[in-house]
Amino acid sequence: MIEHLPILQVIIPLLAAPICLILREARLVRWFTFIASALAFVNSILLLQQVQTQGTISYSLGGWVAPIGIEYRIDLLNAYLLILVTSISTLALLAAGPSLRKELSERKETYFYVAYLLCLTGLLGILATGDAFNVFVFLEISSLASYTMIAMGRDRRALWASYQYLIMGTIGATFILIGIGLMYMMTGTLNMYDLAERLPEVQQTKTVFTAFAFFVVGVCLKLALFPLHLWLPNAYAYAPSIATVFLAATATKVAIYVLLRFIFSVYGFEFSFSHLPLQEILVALGLMGVFAASIVAIYQDNVKRLFAYSSVAQIGYMILGLGVGSKTGLTATLLHLFNHALMKGAIFLALAGLIYRVGSVNLKAFSGLGKQMPWTMAAIVVGGLSLIGVPLTVGFVSKWYLVLALLESNWWPIAVLVLIGSLLAVIYVWRIVEVAYFRKAMQDSAPYKEAPLMILIPTWILVLANIYFGIDTGFTVGLSEQIAASLFEVAK
Amino acid sequence: MNFLEQYNYWIVIILMMSGFYIVIAHGNLIKKLIGLTVFQTSVFILYISMSKVTAGTAPILNEAYKVYSNPLPHVLILTAIVVGIATTALGLALVVRIKEAYGSVEEDLIQEKDLQQEGSE
Repeated sequence: MIEHLPILQVIIPLLAAPICLILREARLVRWFTFIASALAFVNSILLLQQVQTQGTISYSLGGWVAPIGIEYRIDLLNAYLLILVTSISTLALLAAGPSLRKELSERKETYFYVAYLLCLTGLLGILATGDAFNVFVFLEISSLASYTMIAMGRDRRALWASYQYLIMGTIGATFILIGIGLMYMMTGTLNMYDLAERLPEVQQTKTVFTAFAFFVVGVCLKLALFPLHLWLPNAYAYAPSIATVFLAATATKVAIYVLLRFIFSVYGFEFSFSHLPLQEILVALGLMGVFAASIVAIYQDNVKRLFAYSSVAQIGYMILGLGVGSKTGLTATLLHLFNHALMKGAIFLALAGLIYRVGSVNLKAFSGLGKQMPWTMAAIVVGGLSLIGVPLTVGFVSKWYLVLALLESNWWPIAVLVLIGSLLAVIYVWRIVEVAYFRKAMQDSAPYKEAPLMILIPTWILVLANIYFGIDTGFTVGLSEQIAASLFEVAK
Repeated sequence: MNFLEQYNYWIVIILMMSGFYIVIAHGNLIKKLIGLTVFQTSVFILYISMSKVTAGTAPILNEAYKVYSNPLPHVLILTAIVVGIATTALGLALVVRIKEAYGSVEEDLIQEKDLQQEGSE
């Protein structure tokens, strides 16, 4: 049993998806989905323990040994992200019942859970696999499932957002497919670790450069790096709340994982950063993303879209950390991956509760909510403070490491720009706080009740995690540093 | 190297660019999907081209054939074709729903209606 954990991680949600269709009854399906996701979470914890005691796990699918067979390979980086994805997914599912019942018709609920499980399967598959072509297949599984989930939003703009995401996402995935094809052409292998061994021999060929370019552009489309982020704001704004929670906290993070894996483990740090101007490009685009997206966020009236733009800005910080090209920079990226998932998970879950009661996420509807829904608003405020990077929240920890990395490399002007970028976050968070706490409620409406407990509990678990990991940084920082060190080791 | 020697790669590039151009330039949602399909198909041809071995036959296990094409890219691209079909099917289903909700499949009309809706909110 224990030796089959890597494949069980992917198989459990995959098999659970069709069973949902047999169960049909929405309430049954809901708990069944929750149990499947919780099992995946337990599985990921066991995997991390196993990796920490025994080192990297290599699992041959069907007993066919790599490089002929498909290999699943779990090291610290995968295990770290597996825990992140499964934990957020489980918490989101805890709140899914009331939220989806409000936002979807009952007939659709079952199908939503099926799409959700397939999306989870895809994301976990990308993380677990050690095969380049498998990455493409799982990427498409998760993408197709997320287009479906987004299209279920109750506003008709959800359809349009989903269509746009489908077009851009497919172009991105096809670019990745071209990149993988060209790599295969030069090396004759699809196994990532085999690729890493064979690529240096053919490093100086144009085909390998082209493969790298196609691959990186495709992945950057998926992770919504500015200016390839155009699909993201509307997709997050109009998707059902639970889909937004799940996608905002995990999907882009998994895409960043793919980027890290190929830059460090497959191509190697030296190729990626010395032969190509990747560093300059990443730093420039990361910074532009931080500023452009934060400024646009300030002018949004739809609060869900406001936080979606803020997500693009936060991705900018992660890419910036990667662009520094040092161990501390990579640690900052890995920390922010985890921390941003906690912040956005908490904020979007709180917004799910708000939509449940108020029915709108327009800023106007927020007036007086500070008194009427104190717990929900407090969650949004703590999440917002974490986005800004106030001490005692997780946001502070990752910003601290990012600034540290920039100063280490003597890039202090960029460190100053990062701090200015954080001030922009103050403005958009303050806009919400002002309306919610200092404006009187509209006279004609009865006061809104607090969000249902089933949504509040997972929201506050995430809020408390925001504070806990902001104070006790042992788990996240320790693990991130270890992973960063191991990635640089492989690269040499 | 003869220009025509690698004509299949030229076909790949021409198809890829025309598909990409259709996706960007056309406002009709169905035409965009057609462009996307052409774009994806070009990659299938790229994979099939690279598996060709000079003087090789189809990959059939038989003592009469010694040299045969690399079967692996064929298998890979079968998977990619399935993914492509799923994407097109989902895209078309979305277009049907968009047509029902907006009464149009033209990008600029849809965006106009969205702007009106945002203005009235």
